[in-house]
Amino acid sequence: MPDLSSETRFMLILRGGKADRDFSPSEYGRTIQKYLDWIEGLRKKGVYEAGEPLEETGRVLSGTSGAIVTDGPFAESKETVGGYFIIKARDLVEATEIAKGCPIFESGGGLEVRQIAPIPSVEPA
Amino acid sequence: MITDSRSSDVSLPNSNGGGPTNSNGGEPTQLVDNFFRLEAGRMVSTLTRIFGLDNIDLAEDVVQDAMLKALQQWSYGKVPGNPSGWIMQVAKNRALDILRKQTLVQRKENEVGEQLRRSNEQSFAAELFAPEEVKDDQLRMIFACCHPVLSPESQIGLTLKTLCGLGVAEISRSFLAKEETIAKRLSRARQTLRDARVPFEIPSGPELSERLDSVLQVLYLLFNEGYNASHGPELIRWDLSAEALRLSELLLAHPSCNTPKSNALHALMLFQASRFPARLGDHGNMLLLQDQDRSRWNKTMIEWGLFYLNQSAAGTELSDFHLQAGIAACHCLADSYEATDWRKILSLYDLLNAINPSPVVALNRAVAVSKVHGAEAGLVSVTQMENTRSLEAYYLLYAVLAEFQIELGNFQAASAHLRKALDLTTLHSEQDFLRGKLEYCEKMSAV
Repeated sequence: MPDLSSETRFMLILRGGKADRDFSPSEYGRTIQKYLDWIEGLRKKGVYEAGEPLEETGRVLSGTSGAIVTDGPFAESKETVGGYFIIKARDLVEATEIAKGCPIFESGGGLEVRQIAPIPSVEPA
Repeated sequence: MITDSRSSDVSLPNSNGGGPTNSNGGEPTQLVDNFFRLEAGRMVSTLTRIFGLDNIDLAEDVVQDAMLKALQQWSYGKVPGNPSGWIMQVAKNRALDILRKQTLVQRKENEVGEQLRRSNEQSFAAELFAPEEVKDDQLRMIFACCHPVLSPESQIGLTLKTLCGLGVAEISRSFLAKEETIAKRLSRARQTLRDARVPFEIPSGPELSERLDSVLQVLYLLFNEGYNASHGPELIRWDLSAEALRLSELLLAHPSCNTPKSNALHALMLFQASRFPARLGDHGNMLLLQDQDRSRWNKTMIEWGLFYLNQSAAGTELSDFHLQAGIAACHCLADSYEATDWRKILSLYDLLNAINPSPVVALNRAVAVSKVHGAEAGLVSVTQMENTRSLEAYYLLYAVLAEFQIELGNFQAASAHLRKALDLTTLHSEQDFLRGKLEYCEKMSAV
């Protein structure tokens, strides 16, 4: 088996963790800074690949040809996906360890760790 | 719109990872310490002009939304190149939404909302947020928060909440009050402003002088709350004093508020602030003027203090701020405690005592008397003080008396005063200081 350690990518899907409405301006600043520091740490370790927020609202499509269109928000706000990070790790265990450092848990949110499935390049027969 | 202003996104400073990085050192710490606090003060002021002073709560909600959006988006690692412009844009969009929908029944939005719908929306929105208007909004807010219809504690509370961006919990910690108490005080203060139909404007004409006096008084109290923290373990809460200085600078930047008296207050605060770094000893203990390392005084602040003191001499007015600034300047300009010009200080205290007699001034004057004429004369001037009743619970009275007695070699009398002083202060740093003195006196009286 070839060593894929640094090649295995994982997506962290962040849900909920909304700020308390009673946050003071400084608390907003401090909370954002925690994320920025965490990301900076991942960068230094060379395991950070990307991260992007999603807008809060959107549309949900289903049915034949996506005929059934509904506006978001999609579920309770604590289940709404806020954004994602892509990190590199050896395996799910290591990715999980990395994910545990995410500041989202401090604000009552959660996240899902999913390996991005590698698409093997198949040798022609 | 928002997405446009985000196109200039930069990654974090110091980032060395892949992707487009654009280092712009030093920003993150600012972001934590002050960024949102200052932005909140700016935005709430502008939105209050637009929604009306009746609706500070609505303005604060919009600002909360904008900060929440920043949290949701910046947390993924990209802070916009112009964070301040970004967050204001979010608040602006939200405010225009509210005006368009006119879901609220209060007077002011209806008016503004009506205009918004009737006129060319874009140009009207541009008018609402015109930089020359926005520039003065914080000043309008200062005058509203410091309006004489409010009690001093409401004035300070409202100033800290709306202009300095402090949360209710932070304000209540500053004043060792319950959060509930502060929250009630703030909502009462807002109601009072509504009831009094206070306009959101920089006063002019004959009204200006009285209203400005009220503002200066609040800034002075705010500064002192930081400088002489009256309770809690912290002797100096620099942030409160720094806010007073910042707001005072805003005042001075406006021609009609740049009066001799505002210059005098600014000078006074700068002189006091220049000594901050030297006021605490290695163990967080309070150092008296004579024990401070003067090389640690902030020279730049002293120089600016002299500049403003000079500006303050422009008119004929001699306010208590002028005199206090003059006294503070004497201390700042002395190379050593021994070199202090006590005669000049005493003459300034004499004047101060004449225009604004108070027991605290008289007590300070007694100290100056003792420096010029000896401790015995100091003691005499304390006994001659009127209205000492209000000082009876003031630890400094006993600390000063103890000091006089020590100089006269009466260590037993000094110890008694120090014990009394110890009973009256809750500040750890002051207690430590007094205890040290007491030990010394007890040792000396045992000899």
